[in-house]
Amino acid sequence: MSNLLEAENLRIRRGGVQVLDLPRFSVATEEKVAVVGPNGAGKSSLLLGLACLLRRETGTISFKGEPVMERGETAYRRKIAMVFQEPLLFDTTVLDNVAEGLRIRGKGREEARDIARDSLELFKVGQLTGRSAHKLSGGEAQRVSLARAFAVKPELILMDEPFSSLDLPTRIVLAEDLGRILHESGTAAIIATHDRLEAFHVVDRLLVLDGGIVVQEGRPSEVMAQPANAFVAAFRRTSYSGL
Amino acid sequence: MDLILDGIRTALSLIFSLDREVLAVTLLSLKVSCSATLASLFIGIPAGVLLALSDFPGRRFVISLVNTGMGLPPVVVGLFVTIFLWRNGPLGFLEILYTPAAMILAQAVIATPIVTGITIASIQNLPANLKLQVRALGATRLQTVWILVREARLPLLAAVMAGFGGVISEVGASIMVGGNIKGQTRVLTTATVMETGKGDFDVAIALSLILLALTFGVNYLLTVIQQRERPR
Repeated sequence: MSNLLEAENLRIRRGGVQVLDLPRFSVATEEKVAVVGPNGAGKSSLLLGLACLLRRETGTISFKGEPVMERGETAYRRKIAMVFQEPLLFDTTVLDNVAEGLRIRGKGREEARDIARDSLELFKVGQLTGRSAHKLSGGEAQRVSLARAFAVKPELILMDEPFSSLDLPTRIVLAEDLGRILHESGTAAIIATHDRLEAFHVVDRLLVLDGGIVVQEGRPSEVMAQPANAFVAAFRRTSYSGL
Repeated sequence: MDLILDGIRTALSLIFSLDREVLAVTLLSLKVSCSATLASLFIGIPAGVLLALSDFPGRRFVISLVNTGMGLPPVVVGLFVTIFLWRNGPLGFLEILYTPAAMILAQAVIATPIVTGITIASIQNLPANLKLQVRALGATRLQTVWILVREARLPLLAAVMAGFGGVISEVGASIMVGGNIKGQTRVLTTATVMETGKGDFDVAIALSLILLALTFGVNYLLTVIQQRERPR
C-alpha cells in the first residue's frame, strides 16, 4: 500500500509548551491507525496538526506525495474529514448538518441532501433526517457527526476520541458499526482514543504517544504483548478485553 | 393621576384620529432609528466577528474600548457629531447638520458599539471547537465566518434589539444634531422633551406612550422570531 499521508519533523507548541515532536509519521491508503496515550500525551494536537488546524512550529505534511502548502490547506481539508469528541452539530436539522460539508464544497442543496440521506442510512440514523440536531441523544448525535464526516467521501478520516462521551453499550455498538463502515469504504483513518475497545475493533496499527513523542508503535497484538511503559501495560488490562 | 389619564386619552385620540403631525413624527422616528440600527449591524457584526475570531496585539484593549462604547452617553456623541458636521468641521462639506441624515449618523455611532460588543460575546459563546469543526469540513475563511454568524443568530437578534432600543429612546444626540425642527427633524423623543418643556403634559404623555408602543412592537416582533428559532 502506498502512503496517503506523510508528516516529517512535526513539532507543535501550545501555550508556549511543546506538545508534539514527531520526526516521521505516515498512513497508508486504507490503513487504520489508533493513537493512544494518557491525557495530555499530544493525541489531539497530532490530529489537529495533521489537519492543518494548528500552527506548526516545524514540519511538512504531504498528501498523496504532494506537500500541503499554506495556500492549499483548505483544498487539502476537503479531501479529509475530522470528527471531534463532541458531535459539534449545527443548529439546524440533522439532514442539513450532514449536507453542510457538501454545500461547502459547492454541491446544490438537493444533491447534497440526497448524499446526506445515504450517509445517515449508512450510520442507521436515516429516520432522524427532519429532527433538530440539538434534540438528539449523545449516541444519535455522534452517529450524525460521523455521517457528516463520511458524506464528503473523505480519503482519510481523523477521529479525536469520538466515543468518549458515550455510555459503554452505545460505544460498543457504534465502534462495531464504524469498524464495518471503515473497512467496507476503504477509508484510511487515524483514531485518537483512550479506549482499547475503539482501538481493537478497527485498527491495523497502534501508536502510543506520551509527552508528545511516540513511545511505541506496531500491530496492536505486538504492542500489547510487549508494553513499553506503564500506560500501555494499564491499557492492556482495560476491562473490555473480551470484546 | 388625572394628568396620566388625560395623557392616555389624548394619546388614543391622536392615534385613532391619525393626527398628521404625530404620524409624521412617529414615521421619522422609525425611519431614523431603523436606518441607524441597520447601519450599526453592517459595521458592528463584521467588526464583532473579526474581534472575536482574530488574535492581534492590543485586541483586549480594542474590546475594552468597544465595551466602554456600549455605554456612550448620547449627549457626548451628539457633541462630537455636531463638531464633525459643523460648517468648519472635518465633515462639514457634507452639509447634513440638522437633517435626518445627521441623526442617523449620531444614532449609528451610539448603536455600533452595542452591536459589536454583543456580537463578540455571541461568537465567543459558541462551543470552543466549533470553528475548528467548520474549518475541518473544508470551509474557507468566509464560509467559516458565515456559518459561525448563522450559529450565533439567536444572540445576534438580541444585538438588534439592544441596538434599536438604545437609539429609539435616546434624545440627547438627536436634539443636538437634528435640532428638533418641526416637519424635518422632530422625532418622538425630542417632541416629548419639547412638549414637557411647554407644560403640555398630556401631549408629552401621548407621545411617550406611542414611543413605548413602538419600542414594544419592534422588540415583540424580534422576540417572536428569536423564540421561534430557539432549540427546544
